[in-house]
Amino acid sequence: MPVQCSSCGQNRAALKRPKTGHSLCRSCFFWAFEEEVHHTIVSGRLFSRGETVGIGASGGKDSTVLAHVLKVLNERYDYGLKLLLLSVDEGITGYRDDSLETVKRNQQQYDLPLKIVSYEELYGWTMDAIVKQVGLKNNCTFCGVFRRQALDRGAMMLNVDKICTGHNADDVAETVLMNVLRGDIARLRRCTAISTASDGEGAIPRCKPLKYAYEKEIVLYAYFKKLDYFSTECIYSPNAYRGHARTFLKDLEAVRPSAIMDVIHSGENLSVREGVKMPVQGTCSRCGYISSQALGLPKLGIGKHHRLHGKILAQQPLTQEEERKLKAVDF
Amino acid sequence: IRVHCGRGVFRGGGSQTSCDSFEFHRGEPSWDMKQLLAWIRVNLLKERPELFVQGDTVRPGILVLINDADWELMGELEYQLQDQDNVVFISTLHGG
Repeated sequence: MPVQCSSCGQNRAALKRPKTGHSLCRSCFFWAFEEEVHHTIVSGRLFSRGETVGIGASGGKDSTVLAHVLKVLNERYDYGLKLLLLSVDEGITGYRDDSLETVKRNQQQYDLPLKIVSYEELYGWTMDAIVKQVGLKNNCTFCGVFRRQALDRGAMMLNVDKICTGHNADDVAETVLMNVLRGDIARLRRCTAISTASDGEGAIPRCKPLKYAYEKEIVLYAYFKKLDYFSTECIYSPNAYRGHARTFLKDLEAVRPSAIMDVIHSGENLSVREGVKMPVQGTCSRCGYISSQALGLPKLGIGKHHRLHGKILAQQPLTQEEERKLKAVDF
Repeated sequence: IRVHCGRGVFRGGGSQTSCDSFEFHRGEPSWDMKQLLAWIRVNLLKERPELFVQGDTVRPGILVLINDADWELMGELEYQLQDQDNVVFISTLHGG
């Protein structure tokens, strides 16, 4: 008993949309998906004519769909954007080297310029080397801090006005949940924003055009369009905490598909009572890049060594115990 | 009845389980999806089957296509497999 498309009524439906419950055929689904991203871009005023936009491309499903849809919409609606692909090579053998091959094929398929910046050329360290030094416990902290800056640096080399990333609705909802669970009020307030403020000095504004796109639809869009993407999880990242949030959210979605949009909606409409102490985003006293602490040492998941930053900055001598706590970053 | 099943590596928390593409033959009476999943679980998944099945259905987040259509349109577990059906499992992996 094939179900007919509820939009055109002519073709066999190919999927049930989680957001609306509608059954759509392939071509009506492609159209609806693209139009919704267009609506997100227009109503969020993500881009202005003439801008150069760097698409953070990992070769995964999200960024591949993002690159494809932006190229389609840029032509369909004449945004007047100059699009290019921006990739970060973390130096992870067996993972990033393979996914970068996918990005290189995407560059050909979509006819977009590609820039790859590597941790090795920017910082002198690959993630493989870092993991050798610090083990598998805190390596994601380094990777996160490095990636944020690497994308910016790559964007600056190419005179990019904006960076967009493939974060989807499921990602945003997971992040809302994680910030609630960690009591991280500052990030909770920031994490649903569709774009970062463009007034920040130095940092290039970022946006998430797929913020309202369900992961299921992104995967099916890529599958039905036969887009070339790479699907392997990072070999160094079990990322247990996000994994729990993700499993919980997926279980909720199975019962009630709107759960993902509902969590995002809750996150967007939270207001933080006045007088709640917020960390001020500062700049690194050594290099001037945005940093949550005066000296941009990465905050590790374990220990409280960041309490030592005052002492380090004042160049006071540290006790042996304190020296030991710092060991992990002292390479 | 011949059914072709394809594609699938399912991961979570740094470990994985996989089922390779396979052709599936069976005489009458035909199976429904519930029986197919139970059979895959017992016969094909070597380790960590919970990364693929949860209860008697697939783990949430794994997409199932029957003849390239979302199985949510086909009755999911109750769908009666037909000759020449093509079943695809797609993992929605996190991260890029």
